[in-house]
Parts: sequence; C-alpha cells; structure tokens
Amino acid sequence: MKRQLPFLLVFIFGAFMTIQYYVPHESSEFVYTFLLDWTMIIGIFALALGIWSLYHVSVDKIQHKKENWIYSYVTLFGLFIMVVFGFSYKVGDSWGMYPLFVIALMALLYCLIHASISRSKGFWLGLSGAALAVSFGVAFFDDSWKLAFMTSEGLKNTMFTNFADFVLTPILATMFALLAFFIASAAYRAFRARNVLASLLLIAAIIVMLRFNPYMPFGLPELVAETSSWLMNVPNLAAQRAIVIGIGLGIVATSLKVILGIERGYMGKG
Amino acid sequence: MELLGIWVAALLTLGIFSFLYKDNPVYKICESIFIGVSAGYWAIANFFDALHKKFWIGVFPTDGSDPDYFLWFGALLGVLMLMRLSSKIGWIARWPLAFIVGATAGLYMMLYFVSNAMNQVSSTMRDVIVVNSDTQLIIWGETVGSILIVIGVVSGLVYFFFSKEHKGIFGRTARVGIWFLMITFGAHFGYTVMSRMSLLIGRIDFLFRDWLHLLK
Repeated sequence: MKRQLPFLLVFIFGAFMTIQYYVPHESSEFVYTFLLDWTMIIGIFALALGIWSLYHVSVDKIQHKKENWIYSYVTLFGLFIMVVFGFSYKVGDSWGMYPLFVIALMALLYCLIHASISRSKGFWLGLSGAALAVSFGVAFFDDSWKLAFMTSEGLKNTMFTNFADFVLTPILATMFALLAFFIASAAYRAFRARNVLASLLLIAAIIVMLRFNPYMPFGLPELVAETSSWLMNVPNLAAQRAIVIGIGLGIVATSLKVILGIERGYMGKG
Repeated sequence: MELLGIWVAALLTLGIFSFLYKDNPVYKICESIFIGVSAGYWAIANFFDALHKKFWIGVFPTDGSDPDYFLWFGALLGVLMLMRLSSKIGWIARWPLAFIVGATAGLYMMLYFVSNAMNQVSSTMRDVIVVNSDTQLIIWGETVGSILIVIGVVSGLVYFFFSKEHKGIFGRTARVGIWFLMITFGAHFGYTVMSRMSLLIGRIDFLFRDWLHLLK
C-alpha cells in the first residue's frame, strides 16, 4: 500500500498518457484534458506546501537565531502582504480603513511567529486574537474594499499590481543586470585564445557581440551582421539540434524508466 | 502613488547594486523582500489561475453549463498531497505524487520524442540540396550550409554518445562535434553578455531618467 500502489499508479497513468497520444477519439481526449486539469489542481496544493515550507524554515531560523535570521521577518512580511493584497480589492473611491486591516494582519503574523517560538505562548496567542479581532472588525464594518477568495478581483488590486511593478520587477531586472559585471569577469577568463577550441569560442562570441555594437566603421556592420546570422543559422543550429535531440532521447529513456518502475528516486525513502 | 513607486523601485535597484561593493545588510533586505514578495505573487497568481479558473468555475459554473464533477477527484488528490505535513500518514501524499509523475512522464515522453527527436531529425534531413524553384539550379551557399548542419548534428550526437570510447574515426568525429559546440557556446555567451548589458543599461536609464530626471 505504501510503496506498491504508487508504482502501480505511475504505471497506469504513464501508460495511459502514452497510449492516449495515438488515440484521436474524443473520449480519450476528454480524459486527457481532465488529467491535465487534475495536475494543475494538485500543483496548487503542492504550492501551498511550498509556502508552508517557506514559513516553517523562516520561523525555524528566527527561533534558533540562525545566520541572517532577522531577514526572515522581511521574507514573511513580503509573502503575507502579497497574499493579503491578492485576496482584497477596492470598491469605493478611497481605501478607507484598509491600511489598518493590513497592519492588523501583519501584527497577527508577528504574534503567531512569536507564539510558535516563545515560551510565553499564551501572551502571544492573546495578542494574535486581538489582532485578528481588529482585522475582522475592520473587514466587517468598512465598505470601501472587500475580501474576495473566489473571484480574481484581487489580481487587479492596485496595491498588488504596484508591488509587482515597483518592487518585484525592478529587483528582478537589477539582479539580472548585476550579472553583467560578473559575466565580464567570466569573459576575461574564458576569452583567452589558448587553443583552437577556445579560439572558436572567442571568435563566435566577439562576432555576436559586435553585431549589437552601433559604433562600427563604415562597411563593417553588414559584414558582421551577415557573419553573425550565418553563425547562428548554421553551426549554432547544428549543435543546438544535436543537444535538443540528445535531450529528447534522454527524456524518453528517463520517462520509460519511471513508468516501468526502474527509476524510483522520486518516491523518497520509507 | 507612482512617484512613491519610482522612489521605492530606485532604492531597491540601488540596494541590489550595493552587492557590487560586498554582501551587505541592505542587499540582504532587498533579497529577502524579493523572495517573500515573489512567493506571494506567484502563490496568488497560481491560486486564481489553477484553483479558481480550473476547479472552482468548473465545479460551480456561473454560465449555466453542467458542473464538471470529475474535477473533485483532482481536488481530492490535492488534499491528499497535504497529508505530507503529517509524520504518521505522510505516505499518503505519494498517491497524488505518483499520479503527477506517471501522467507527466507519459505525456512528456511522447511530446519530447516528437518535438525534440523526430521533428529535429526530419528537419535536418529534409532539403539538404537546396534548388532554386525557378531556375532549377543548385543554390550553393545554402546547400553548403545544409550539409554543414548535417555534419554538425551527426558529429554533435557522436560527441554525446558515451557508450563507446572516443577513439579513431569515432573520436575524430566527436572532435568535429566539439568544434560546433564551442561555436554555439561562444555565440550564446555573446548573446548572454549583450542581454545582461542591455538590462544594465535599462536599470541605469531608469535611475537617471525616471528617478533623477537627468536624462531627457
């Protein structure tokens, strides 16, 4: 039951999805669509597990005062503030007492963290109850905004979109931009023409980079653009195809091993 | 609100750039904000995309259509996934996991076999000799390119075949494969450098134009 049933399920669903590919009947496609929907639905529950894991790891760091534990508060507040924004939306002209609601929920989170790590559990649970009561009260009496769990209005909440636009996007873009400095140092080490292979790497990279350089002498831009296009369309395409074919065959082999129960690592121990 | 947003974005940008000096508390705060906010963002986006759109609307349709009761099985499997939180009955979570692993293995096996293996092989072998449809003459430039592609694909595959020792003609073919691979890695490295440079220019442009208004 603990180990044999999962292997049987893997075989049944794996074999069904494989055979289904060759059966263009509508009943086969009907089941196929449902199975895909199930996968997505299970995925969201798995995401909930992931969020729980993040919360658990962060609280554990705070409890044991591990290295950089103080930043775990920032992570948790960032996580929960987005969840709060995602489940609420404005209906009136102003936000009314919404800031108080958000602050009360953040206080609730803080109290819950300390209730799970502190010795004076009762005190923190009492404060959690008070914070929860305040947030409930505000949500009940304030008509300028609403909570929405089963409509996607929260995705249009300006606070939610502003956090995505002015917090998430700039950090993400800057983190990738930061790599420009490190990639320059990596380029210095990689681009040394020590042998034929390193020279090929160097020449290909220089030609592709020159293509994006707007300051080139007369006549060179066309030559560089043509050479770069040829590099991308011929040798690059050939090697890419070899890699892609290798990946495809590797996935087929691994999938077969999984379906036939030869590869069992995903099941864990126990 | 937008002015406040630009200031926040600018300070976060500078906070991330501060890593160039060394790993410091400001960078760590920005990093932690990113982890938390992105986890929350994707949790909410996926919640509405999967659970709301796929499950809730399917089970409780508002347009008068018949409810899809089969979706309840998906939700049930999802709930079983949460059993992992319990140390006693955590093994039940293997059932939905087995479903996902089996279904995706079967699905991807066929999809990747067709798209990655069969389609790529047929694209490589098709029209190796390119002929002008009007004049019926061979276009030598494109034909040489096609032949080079065939040589590159075969030699690249030989290089990735590790069940036979790379010696003799097999080893020399694998060597040709490495040349093609090095050109590809070089080209991709060049592209990556330029895309990172482009992002860096974008962030600096944001700081000097949108935040400080030093550029017009």
